[in-house]
Amino acid sequence: MSATTQLPGINETLSAHEGRPPISIVYEWLTTVDHKKIGLMYIGFALIFLVVGGIEAILMRIQLAVPNNHFVAPQVFNQLFTMHGTTMIFFVAMPVLFGWGNYLVPLMIGARDMAFPRLNAFSFWVSAFAGFLLYFSYFGASGLYGAGSAPDVGWFAYAPLTSRVFSPGHSTDYWTLSIFLSGVGSIGTAVNFVSTIICMRCKGMKMSRMPLLVWLYLVTSAMVFVTISPLTAAQIMLTLDRYLGSHFFDTQAGGSAVLWMHFFWIFGHPEVYILILPSFAFINEIVPVFSRKAMFGYPAMVAASVGIGFISLSVWAHHMFTVGMTAAANTFFVFATMVISVPTGIKIFNWLATIWGGKVIFATPMIFCIGFLFQFLIAGLTGIMLSAAPFTWQLGNSYFVVAHFHYVIVGGILFALFAAFYYWYPKVTGKMMSETLGKWHFWLFVIGFHLTFDFMHIPGLLGMPRRIYTYEASRGWGTLNLIVSIGAIFQAAATLVFVYNLIRSYYKGKDAGHDPWDAWTLEWSTTSPPPHYNFATLPTVYSRRPLWDIKHPDDPDSDFE
Amino acid sequence: MDIFRLALLTVPLCNGTAIAQSSTNIFAPAATPANSIFELSMLVLGVTLAIFLIVAGLLLYAIIRYRHKPEDSDQEPAQIYGSNQIEVSWTVIPILIVVMLFLSTTRVILGTQAIPKPGNALDVTVIGHQFWWEYRYPKLGVITANELHIPVSDPANPVPTYLTMSSADVAHSFWVPRLAGKTDVIPNRVNTMWMDPSQPGLYLGQCAQYCGTQHAKMLLRVYADSPAQFDAWISQQKKPAVDQSTGNTAASEGQTVFMQNACINCHAISGTAATGRFGPDLTHLASRDTIASGAIPNTAENLRAWIDNPNTMKPGSLMPPMHLNSHDLDVITAYLTQLR
Amino acid sequence: MMMRESDAIPMAEVAETEWVLPYRGNVGMVCLILAESAIFIIFVVAYIYYIGKSLTGPTPAQVLELPIFGTVCLLSSSITVHFAVSALRHGKMRSCTIQLAGTVLLGTIFLITTAREWYHLIHDEGLTIQTNLFGTTYYSLVGLHASHVVVGLIMLSLVLGFSLFGLIKEEHSEKLEVLSLYWHFVDAVWVVVFTVVYVLGR
Repeated sequence: MSATTQLPGINETLSAHEGRPPISIVYEWLTTVDHKKIGLMYIGFALIFLVVGGIEAILMRIQLAVPNNHFVAPQVFNQLFTMHGTTMIFFVAMPVLFGWGNYLVPLMIGARDMAFPRLNAFSFWVSAFAGFLLYFSYFGASGLYGAGSAPDVGWFAYAPLTSRVFSPGHSTDYWTLSIFLSGVGSIGTAVNFVSTIICMRCKGMKMSRMPLLVWLYLVTSAMVFVTISPLTAAQIMLTLDRYLGSHFFDTQAGGSAVLWMHFFWIFGHPEVYILILPSFAFINEIVPVFSRKAMFGYPAMVAASVGIGFISLSVWAHHMFTVGMTAAANTFFVFATMVISVPTGIKIFNWLATIWGGKVIFATPMIFCIGFLFQFLIAGLTGIMLSAAPFTWQLGNSYFVVAHFHYVIVGGILFALFAAFYYWYPKVTGKMMSETLGKWHFWLFVIGFHLTFDFMHIPGLLGMPRRIYTYEASRGWGTLNLIVSIGAIFQAAATLVFVYNLIRSYYKGKDAGHDPWDAWTLEWSTTSPPPHYNFATLPTVYSRRPLWDIKHPDDPDSDFE
Repeated sequence: MDIFRLALLTVPLCNGTAIAQSSTNIFAPAATPANSIFELSMLVLGVTLAIFLIVAGLLLYAIIRYRHKPEDSDQEPAQIYGSNQIEVSWTVIPILIVVMLFLSTTRVILGTQAIPKPGNALDVTVIGHQFWWEYRYPKLGVITANELHIPVSDPANPVPTYLTMSSADVAHSFWVPRLAGKTDVIPNRVNTMWMDPSQPGLYLGQCAQYCGTQHAKMLLRVYADSPAQFDAWISQQKKPAVDQSTGNTAASEGQTVFMQNACINCHAISGTAATGRFGPDLTHLASRDTIASGAIPNTAENLRAWIDNPNTMKPGSLMPPMHLNSHDLDVITAYLTQLR
Repeated sequence: MMMRESDAIPMAEVAETEWVLPYRGNVGMVCLILAESAIFIIFVVAYIYYIGKSLTGPTPAQVLELPIFGTVCLLSSSITVHFAVSALRHGKMRSCTIQLAGTVLLGTIFLITTAREWYHLIHDEGLTIQTNLFGTTYYSLVGLHASHVVVGLIMLSLVLGFSLFGLIKEEHSEKLEVLSLYWHFVDAVWVVVFTVVYVLGR
């Protein structure tokens, strides 16, 4: 095998911090343009907001656990669901996924950094400021009833509820401005991803040899350009309405409330694909390694990912089936939404085929992937149910929809994220996370997840709409809501176990070495953690799994290209 | 189908019969639109359940059968990179399923949205407000609020009710699950829907589009009346308000107090000086079972408390506390409870 | 285990083709243009959707005149910036400076014509962003475009300043090309705005 060249390993890297005054370490992180540090800051920021958003969820679940509850006032509840949704989408999911991409993409393509390191840092700090701005609303804005001042218009802020007339004060403006800024950060990061992936791959890494994770971040970033922009445009329009008296969504002047819905959902639907595609990316990297088999159907996976990206831009009005569109329009969006299930299904089948005939190792990253596979399957199937417009005529805006999208986001995206944490934590820190704590985390979370989100479908079927701060006892929703609320507690406990594992393993975890999982992509060829220049010499690759080729010189992938 | 229906009525395992008779269960349709959605749902549920069992079953099998066992050799398993035939097959089969689902769905969409309106349909105009429902029967000259009465529709001789809907302020949504799917009620836009309850009874629902602080208590009550009951209700609603001005009762004093206060700016009582349209029409308030859009039972005590300060019962309601003294509250309540 | 070139598996067909990837500046700018185009498209969609739907007030036909002069200036500035880039690529610094100056001048003239048009609309025709749906969509779309012109002019003026101080060299031509891509985009947007607002919308 290879003789190691002299690179600073973990001890040297750590000792670089010893003896330095804390302020200089803080300064280093505040001014860094290193993609790895920026990625970690995104992730850390997202984890903080995950806890905040989770607390908001728990408060709501306590209020809804029994009928006619008085735990929080209606105004507070309405702020809670607005802040919870906005936080989770814009200040947890987007940053954490972009953070992991930031960390991994240059390493996986054999580059030293992103294409535009300063833009990278700028994008992060703008996003961080945006998160701060949203929460500053609790202090700074003056709400409608003086009872707290965070925005309370729902995360999709339908017009004309958001007009000055119906939402006086500044709470809505904090929503608008913070998301606008977050969008600026997202577009900046996406520019970086695309430029890096197209322009900075190492020698020999043709597009057809890129890891699937890199493909998925490429597609995701391309989607960001045409997805975030409509929301940015709509928010400019909303702000012009609120401050310059324009009439974009002013129904009294002939403006259209439905126009806001179109613009928002032209953003809002592809946005959820922007969130799921990086989650697919993690599954694509982790499942083959723990099945000890190459990904089945790489070209099909690329085609399916690109297909999902394109089709997702055409399905948005399935969020508007109840708005009174014509039968022709409804029918079109039914068709487009159903069609997107085909490439999505292809991905699930290819994952299945990867596992089939392999040697499955149930390490913590893999069990989270397995959870993802079952749960994402179910989530996709409830999505197919909802794609039948008449079904949505009953269940749109009900707890069935809330259950469906949480199934995707928590059961899918969050599980894939947990898998990513356990898988790449050794690379980032040089330490292994505890498998025991990992399994506790997994099982506690699975129990809580299913208690909450399986049962949550039922009140929807029984007529419970969303965004209500309480409900009548006679509706028969009480017991179900109580079960849903209890599940939240399990998930909170599991998350605490996870955070504890993250922190404890940094100090007490086993040394990981370069390649603890016996994996095949370039990030595992450098030290754990990588030096700030990533690689001593930039690699040349001849196949999709460069490290497989090195470990199996008798049977390299390059023979099969 | 009937077995399915029964099974689904008991799906919410806890709370048994209360749920089975839950008046907002989408699997207990009582009108054609709800019924056609129900039947489509059964098909879609069946297909997705089958897909789930097959795929999840294969997944479960794979992770058990192909798990790494300690006694396994260290050799990596055979590396299979793909297969075009397999890719094609699991592309084509889902496409066929999609086509089938799409066609079934289109049939229901057209059957609900694109059918001609029968000549004898009852027209009702629905206007959504923050946080109450206004109902007008344009051809019958009736304006009321919060409790919608419609005639039962005999399948042999259908008399559906057609709702023409818009909003006076923000977006709302009209959802009575047992009768039909929901349709949004949006300002500067007119939406239509129809329903034809086959059984008399009270059908419940609530606003299904977040519309502000009291979205949760903007409840819907649809009374499907027999033809005779409906006619009786209409003729009662057409009458002007019971005049209390003569006589020396608390009610007559209440009428005077009402007409001298700001109440008349928001509320209408036909035959009097009160012609406000911002709030619900009160002409036949006492004929309703509830106040505050279904949220509060219509008793004298509740009515008095409501008028005194709506925020104690529905905080964020757009009716302000009227700051009336106790005596005025008593007499106004006495007046309003006479308005049958 | 470290990856070094000597560890890489020697391939049968070793053909060492040159490994050339696109210039990241161009790719980045194209991405930005894609995102900005999406924003403009939404404003154009709003404009088109609201054509004829104003409840009151002046209509486009009543108050809009074709801004021919401004348009000619703006589109010509694309030509001058193109020449500036090719001049720089061939090391002709003076020509580059002149062409840049021309671009800035033409762009500024365009802004002035827009400003004069708005002054006329506001003071003589009584059309503001608040007046009706036409006012709303007109000022926002044209204003969004004008703001992009302003940003472009600031950047071009900076480069003009650098070149006047002799700080621009031939090796900067790739970067100037990136800026010129942005400027071409701004002009292309104007073609669309002109067509939708002044031709179709009237």
